[in-house]
Amino acid sequence: MRIELRNIDKSFGPVHANAGVSLAVESASILGILGENGAGKSTLMKILSGFQPPDSGEILLDGERAAIRSPADAIRLGIGMLHQDPLDFPPLKLVDDLVLGSPGSLRPDRGKAAKELRELAGRFGFDLDPGSYVDALTVGERQQLEIIRLLWLGAKVLILDEPTTGISLPQKEKLFATIKRLASEGMTVLFVSHKLEDVEALCDRAVVLRQGRLVGGSEPPFDARRLVELMFGKELPQAPRRRAEPGEAVLSASGLCLDSIRLQIKDLELSVCSGETIGLAGMEGSGQALFLSSCAGLERPVSGRLRLGERDMTSAGHHDYKRSGVAYLPAARLEEGLVPGLSLSDHFTLAEGKKGLFIDRGEADRRAMSRIAAYNIKGRPESPVESLSGGNQQRALLALLREELSLILVEHPTRGLDIESTAYIWSKLKERCAKGAAIVFISSDLDEILQYSDRVIVFFAGRVSPPLPAEGLGVEELGRLIGGKGWERFDEAKAPTGAARGQGA
Amino acid sequence: MNGDFLFIGLAGVLASAGPLVFASIGEAITERAGITNLSMNGLILLSAMSGFAAALSTGSLALGFLAGALIGGLVSGIVAFSSITLRQSQVAVGFVLTLLCRDLSYFLGNPIMGKPGPRLSATPLPALGEIRYLGPFLFSHDIMTYASFALIALAWLFIYKTRPGLVLRGLGERPAAAYARGANVNRLRYLYTIAGGAIAGIAGPMYSLSIKAGWKGTITGLDGMGWIALAITIFGGWSPVRVALGAYLFAFLQWLGLVLQPSLPGVPSQVLQVAPFPLMILTLLFVNVGNAEWVSASLARLPERPRRTLARFLRAINVKPPAALGTPFEKD
Amino acid sequence: MTSSRAAKALFQAGAVVLALGLTAAVLAATGTRPFAAFASIASGAAGNWGVASDVVVAWVPLLLVTSGLLVTFTVGLWNIGIEGQITLGAVFATWALRSCEGSALSPALAIALAFAAGMAGGSLWAMLVGALKTFGGVNEIFGGLGMNYVATALNIWLIFGPWKRPGIASMSGTLPFDKAYWLPTLNEQSRLAPVAAGAAVLAIVLVFLLVQGTYFGLKLKAVGKNPKAAFLLGVPTWQYMMASFAICGALAGVAGAVQVTAVYHRLIPSISSGYGYLGLMVAMLVNFSAALAAPVALFFAALNVGAIQLPITLKLDSALAGVLQGTLVLFVLLAEGLRGRLMGKKGGKA
Repeated sequence: MRIELRNIDKSFGPVHANAGVSLAVESASILGILGENGAGKSTLMKILSGFQPPDSGEILLDGERAAIRSPADAIRLGIGMLHQDPLDFPPLKLVDDLVLGSPGSLRPDRGKAAKELRELAGRFGFDLDPGSYVDALTVGERQQLEIIRLLWLGAKVLILDEPTTGISLPQKEKLFATIKRLASEGMTVLFVSHKLEDVEALCDRAVVLRQGRLVGGSEPPFDARRLVELMFGKELPQAPRRRAEPGEAVLSASGLCLDSIRLQIKDLELSVCSGETIGLAGMEGSGQALFLSSCAGLERPVSGRLRLGERDMTSAGHHDYKRSGVAYLPAARLEEGLVPGLSLSDHFTLAEGKKGLFIDRGEADRRAMSRIAAYNIKGRPESPVESLSGGNQQRALLALLREELSLILVEHPTRGLDIESTAYIWSKLKERCAKGAAIVFISSDLDEILQYSDRVIVFFAGRVSPPLPAEGLGVEELGRLIGGKGWERFDEAKAPTGAARGQGA
Repeated sequence: MNGDFLFIGLAGVLASAGPLVFASIGEAITERAGITNLSMNGLILLSAMSGFAAALSTGSLALGFLAGALIGGLVSGIVAFSSITLRQSQVAVGFVLTLLCRDLSYFLGNPIMGKPGPRLSATPLPALGEIRYLGPFLFSHDIMTYASFALIALAWLFIYKTRPGLVLRGLGERPAAAYARGANVNRLRYLYTIAGGAIAGIAGPMYSLSIKAGWKGTITGLDGMGWIALAITIFGGWSPVRVALGAYLFAFLQWLGLVLQPSLPGVPSQVLQVAPFPLMILTLLFVNVGNAEWVSASLARLPERPRRTLARFLRAINVKPPAALGTPFEKD
Repeated sequence: MTSSRAAKALFQAGAVVLALGLTAAVLAATGTRPFAAFASIASGAAGNWGVASDVVVAWVPLLLVTSGLLVTFTVGLWNIGIEGQITLGAVFATWALRSCEGSALSPALAIALAFAAGMAGGSLWAMLVGALKTFGGVNEIFGGLGMNYVATALNIWLIFGPWKRPGIASMSGTLPFDKAYWLPTLNEQSRLAPVAAGAAVLAIVLVFLLVQGTYFGLKLKAVGKNPKAAFLLGVPTWQYMMASFAICGALAGVAGAVQVTAVYHRLIPSISSGYGYLGLMVAMLVNFSAALAAPVALFFAALNVGAIQLPITLKLDSALAGVLQGTLVLFVLLAEGLRGRLMGKKGGKA
């Protein structure tokens, strides 16, 4: 089935997720869709698979206009989507998961379905037992089940959203062989990914989305440089950077192993010194957030050691870390960092940790006013925090930080903020650095990473690069690393102790 | 105690558990769709009163049961509307309704209190009803008790053997995935909340038209059945057969309490009536004990063999509630 | 700002009107003139000093319980187990009085001990529910519900077992205490104990100060509105939840002690009398604001007492009070939801 998207436009409030995107995919072909976080890939696929209606634009299937208003419509038209986290039902048996939602008679014929499941699975070399339970499968196997299900329902279009996150190498090879075979049999495949080597290995053609727009495409042989440039933008001349004088080690991780549902980080070694800024780069879900949480005591390491200065904090809880001078600022400002319903003044009072019984309202207001002035927050002490703009919420979060801090951990400090707010936030953070605090931050904005970090660590599928000095690093190189290319040199160069080593999941 | 007496007594257990079977299975269906209907206690009282009133005024028992089901559906409809469309807390609205419906039933039922009314009589099955022991036990009940047996089978068949039943199971587990498969999540939640409530609404008339015929206001003895049904739904793991077994177990304990009363003068029957609740708490503990962090932390410290056996034991007793129970569904 | 507040008031007023309207319809269905019923309730609550003092007697435990519930609601908990906490408070108070009866201790001291014991009992029972939630993951609604039933069973076992009246056990409870151990009342006829009324008013004032004016209260609010953020801000969330259970249980225990020492002078099977659930309704109706709790509780108590004579005057069941109370809360809830749907969701979430 030939798919054509014409001028697809979609906005969520002020965020223009898709701006006039037009593309076409022929049947029996594999199109790769590349882009960094927030480029608009997921939104576009959600529109195609019926989860979201577009604000304007149309979708043509085999030349005919199609109205896709819900996932049910999409399924009926033969469009199947494999989500990054497969939307299946863990407590059910495989055969039940297969049958659920499929049209048919009142009594589903499970025997027939099981047989067909086995046949399809066998055809592609998958090892799936219809009688086993979904929650016993690995992520890769759940993907295989979903693909089988979509085929079983007669999908003519297959959309794969970041399918290679969290699956083993043999499973990935099997997946690619399957996709290629399906394409050769007539399937239209859309392959959404940020991993350059996957797109290079699999796709007949690739397009790049950036900030909601289709900025270019490429056909094999793929030029990785050009793709990266399209994805992340050209290099900007960098502002002169102040070189930090690293002091003593504030945080040191040795042999750190962390586990989450999708990935594992093994044997991470790192030393963060006072006064320095370390940027964690990588696509979302590559392990940075997991690592950052463990530095705050919010994630317990499976093994290894975490030290703050001299103290071993490996099994300490978050409040112990707070008492030792560590602060953690989450990315979801209103959902995790601030309390909707409470005012600015309330937040400052909470953060102060004062002793005593009754709140001194006068003092609280004075404190609030001074913080508001110091951080240039557009709001009054009694303003509820949910009424502040994103930039002011971020300033409020910063204003909640205590004076004496040795380590500040920030998730996406300037996400969704304009240039002016971004510069202001960073000036405040750098003030802290000058006073001796160390900063470790996560960002999807490569320019931000390169401009404000002293050293950069790249995460890819749980693999961790050694800390790279930001000065010599360029956008293109950083983009390649984020996309999974160029990691070989880390394995070859056995770095001396004190640098980070990484291993795959 | 001779065999005849025992089996007649057990037959009474089956009959008196009938309303609880209807109520618990109705609630199990509602909760499988992801909604908790806390109004159950008041709903049953109101449907009992309405059913009796309808039967009394029309002389038709069938209309009485129909009225009960209608009331059950109506009250549950309010719960559904408030939780699904208005996005208010299921607990809040369910709790208010349970008290309101109870007071409505006492108030509106006042004029008919104590009046004699139509009563469902037993219909022993020909030939089968004559069998020694088994006859009185299984085959000499009234129509609605037979219906309760049928309900268990029908509910089980629906949930585990039909296509829409499969969608229901998915609905409560992962509404987002059900939505991706084409299910209209909110419409289905409305449907199953009202249907479950209508089924539960039959429990009331079963009581006021059969077991303890008539409406006797606050001394009816029906107050509390709704809470017990909620407990049994959890205890029975949201599965029709296990839920019914829980209902029969409770009724059996009550009967046992009555039978043993003469031999244990110091212990009032109310103590045994409490039984479902510690059981429910224990069940809920088991549900979560596998997931609690301190459990997995302590489990990790055990040596290999005991850890493996304990983990297997925990998994066996693990009763999982529908994962999305109580959470609202939004299309993003 | 003012337009949204005006809208809120409008919706709430509409809810009250609808509630009264529905109740009137229900009354009409029974063939009664609605106004006659409302008038009867009014006179039944304020007609003479006797019933007026009865209203205050009913107001006291209700206000105590509502005060406690405001604390648990602030921290985001549904303390359905409140009924059991009242019962355990009554049980512990009875045990204290029974132990002191006939001893050398002065009656005043004995009563004081009874109150202390009641607080301890209610608090303990509430913390059990809290422990089930914190360490066992048992939802406090079902945990509380279960513990309510266990409390009732315990109560009945005591009344019919170890503490039964000499001779045969009776549904009318344990043997009444000697008059010396009765909490002093206003006069011979009324059951209103000024000490108890003072305690209730003190409770709501303290809760108001606690929630609005202290660091503790601010932290409670934070946990209730966003536990994750509160934790990141340094608040030990589970400890605050347990503390709120303890406080609410203590206040419920006081209510139970009041029932034992001032109203019934003994332990009876239905000692909690539904005040727990009624308190939940009051708390929901005032949207958890301490300022409105006292007047609304008084109104609900007046409805309860006023409806007592309905069976006599109009041959109506006194459950009409519950119908009024229930419809009020229901419609206010629905109105709030409707307002949110119609007005709040503009420019919604991405």
